[in-house]
Amino acid sequence: MMRKISYLTAINEALSEEMTRDKNVVLFGEDVGIFGGCFGVTQGLFKKFGPERIKDTPISETAIIGLAVGGAATGIRPVAELMFMDFAGVAMDEILNQAAKMRYMFGGKAKLPLVIRMAYGAGISAAAQHSQSLEAWFTHIPGLKVVMPSTPYDVKGLLKSSIRDDNPVIFLEHKVLYGVSGDVPEDEYLLPLGKGDVKKEGKDVTVIATGMMVHKALEAASKLEKDGISVEVVDPRTLVPLDEEIILNSVKKTGRVVITHEAPKRSGFGAEIAATIAEKGFPYLKKGIVRVCGKDTPVPFSPPLEQYYIPQAQDIVQGIKFVMSK
Amino acid sequence: MEKEEMVNMLKKMIKIRKFEERVVDLFAKGKIPGFVHSYLGEEAVAVGACSVLRDNDFITSTHRGHGHLIAKGGNLNYMMAELYGKKTGYCKGKGGSMHIADLDLGMLGANGIVGAGMPIAIGSGLSAKVRGTDQATVCFFGDGASNRGTFHESLNVASIWKLPVVFMNENNLYAISLSQKKSMAVPNVSDRASGYAIPGLTIDGNDVIAVFEATTEAVKRARNGEGPTLIEAQTYRWRGHFEGDPTIYRSPEEVEEWKKNKDPIKLFEDKLLLRNLITKEEIESIEKKIEDEVEKAVKFAEESPYPNPEETLEDVYVGEGA
Repeated sequence: MMRKISYLTAINEALSEEMTRDKNVVLFGEDVGIFGGCFGVTQGLFKKFGPERIKDTPISETAIIGLAVGGAATGIRPVAELMFMDFAGVAMDEILNQAAKMRYMFGGKAKLPLVIRMAYGAGISAAAQHSQSLEAWFTHIPGLKVVMPSTPYDVKGLLKSSIRDDNPVIFLEHKVLYGVSGDVPEDEYLLPLGKGDVKKEGKDVTVIATGMMVHKALEAASKLEKDGISVEVVDPRTLVPLDEEIILNSVKKTGRVVITHEAPKRSGFGAEIAATIAEKGFPYLKKGIVRVCGKDTPVPFSPPLEQYYIPQAQDIVQGIKFVMSK
Repeated sequence: MEKEEMVNMLKKMIKIRKFEERVVDLFAKGKIPGFVHSYLGEEAVAVGACSVLRDNDFITSTHRGHGHLIAKGGNLNYMMAELYGKKTGYCKGKGGSMHIADLDLGMLGANGIVGAGMPIAIGSGLSAKVRGTDQATVCFFGDGASNRGTFHESLNVASIWKLPVVFMNENNLYAISLSQKKSMAVPNVSDRASGYAIPGLTIDGNDVIAVFEATTEAVKRARNGEGPTLIEAQTYRWRGHFEGDPTIYRSPEEVEEWKKNKDPIKLFEDKLLLRNLITKEEIESIEKKIEDEVEKAVKFAEESPYPNPEETLEDVYVGEGA
C-alpha cells in the first residue's frame, strides 16, 4: 500500500523502524530528544525509545562523532546527528582521521557501523554557515560512504540500509526537501547503497542531478518536453559507492550530458562525474559536458542573492539547450 | 596485593622496557620505517592501570602506544612485525607504530592525532552502558592532549552521562618541546577535574602500586555507574618526543636525574627486594627470558614477508563495496 508522506516523516519512520528492529541502534546529537530535532526529524522517538537510546548531547560536535566512533568499534550502531552539515568542520578530525581510517589502519580488524546525519543545502536564508553542500569533501576521504537521497521513498530505504551497513556513512538530508511529500510504501523495504535511479526516462540528453537538484532537473525536463526535447534525469542517490553503470548507460543512449549540483562548481562532485564519463564514456559524447552548479562563493543571506547562488530549473534548461545545440 | 600479581606487574614493565630499548636500537639501524615514539620511562603508568583491567575492558591509546598494548597483553611478535611494516603485523602493515591496535584485547588503537582517543573512549563507555555490560574504559592521554578541546568535550559528556571511563593522564612534562608549565594556566592537569565535577587526583606515575591503587578505585567507580575519574600520573619520557628529537628544550641533567632516581622499574624492584618478594637472581632470570622473547619477536618480524603491494587496496570498507 502506497501513501504520501514527507521526506522528514520518511526519515523518522526509518529511524523508528531500525531502532525497533535492533536494540543496539542508538541515536544522539544536539536537541534530538524531547525537542525532536532542530528540524523536527526525531519527533516522538524520545517518548518511544527513552533517554538511554535517544541522547541529547551538549554542543560538542567532536564528542558526538567520537561517541559514534568508539561506540561503533565496540558493538553498538550509532546514528549521530550533526544538525547542520556546516558543523562537520567542528568534528572533522573524528570523521576524517578516526571514523574513515580506523578499519584500514587496523588492517581490516575494526568494523564501524555508524551513520552521521547532516542537514545540508541552501534555500531558507540560513546564510553562509548553515547552507552548504559539502558532499565533495567526504567523497574524497576513502573509508566513508556518502548518501544523498532526493525523495521520501529514497531517503527511507537508503537510511535503513545505511544503518545496517557496517561502514561509516555520511547521510545527507536537504533541509528544503524535509517538507516535500511523495509515495512511500506502508510495507518495509530497503534500497541498496551504490544503485542510482533514473527519475525520468528520455532519449536526447542526460541530466545527472543530486539531492535537491533532482527536482529542479525534473522541472527543467518538463519545460523542455514542450519544445520536443526528451530529457533523461539520473539520480546517483549515493555518491560513494557511485553507480557508474547507470550514468554510462544513459550517456551511451543520449550522448549529451548536463551535470547539476547545488554545491559550488569548483572541485564539486560534478567534476568527478564528468571525469568518469570522460574516462569511460568518451566515445559516446556528441558534445562537451556542461555543469550547472552553485556559484563559487559562500552562500549569501538575502533571498535574491541566495536564489542567484542556487542553480535554478531555468539554468538547467539553458545548459540542456547548449548541449543540444550543434 | 598478592605476590604473584606484583611479580606479574614487574614482568610487564620489564617487557615494555626491553621491547622499547630494542625498538630504539632497531630504529637507529634503519630497520623500522616512519616514526617511533618511545615509552621508555613511563612503564609504570600503563602497567599499573592495565593490571586492573579484564581482557574485555577497553583502552584508548596515544602516539606513544607500545607500552599500553604490551600492558593490555599484546603479542610482541605481531607488534614488532607491525613496526617493521610486515604482513604478519597486528595491522597487516597498514598502521605501523602510531596505529597499532588489538580489538580482541579491547585495545582500540594507538592514535596519531593528539587528544583523539578521548572522544573514542566516551564512545566505548557509552557502548558498554547501552549493551548493559560493566566494561570499563581507560583512556590514556598526555599533558599536551589535555589542552585540546577533545579533553573538555569528553570529560564533560562522560561526567553528565556517568560513563564508565577512567581518564589516565600521563603527564610526562613536555608536549614535544613545550613544557607543561608554559602550556597550562593551572599547576596540575588534575586541577581541571573540578570543571566537570569529577574526582581528580595527582599521583606518582612512576610508582606502579600508586597507579594500580588509583586505577582500582576509579574502575570501581566506573563499573558502579558513578562516572569518570581523572588521574594525573606524573612521569617522564626518557627519550625525545620521537626518535631523532634533539631534545634541546631540557637539560641532560634533568633526564639523568629521572633515570637515576626515579626509574619506575628500579623503584619497584627495590620495593620487592626489600620485602623479600623477589630475589636478584629471579629478576635476572625474568630479564633474560624477556630478552629472548624480544629477540624472537625481532626474528619473527625480520623473517616475515612484506605485504603484496596490491594489498594497499584491501580493508578500506567492510564488504569492499565502494
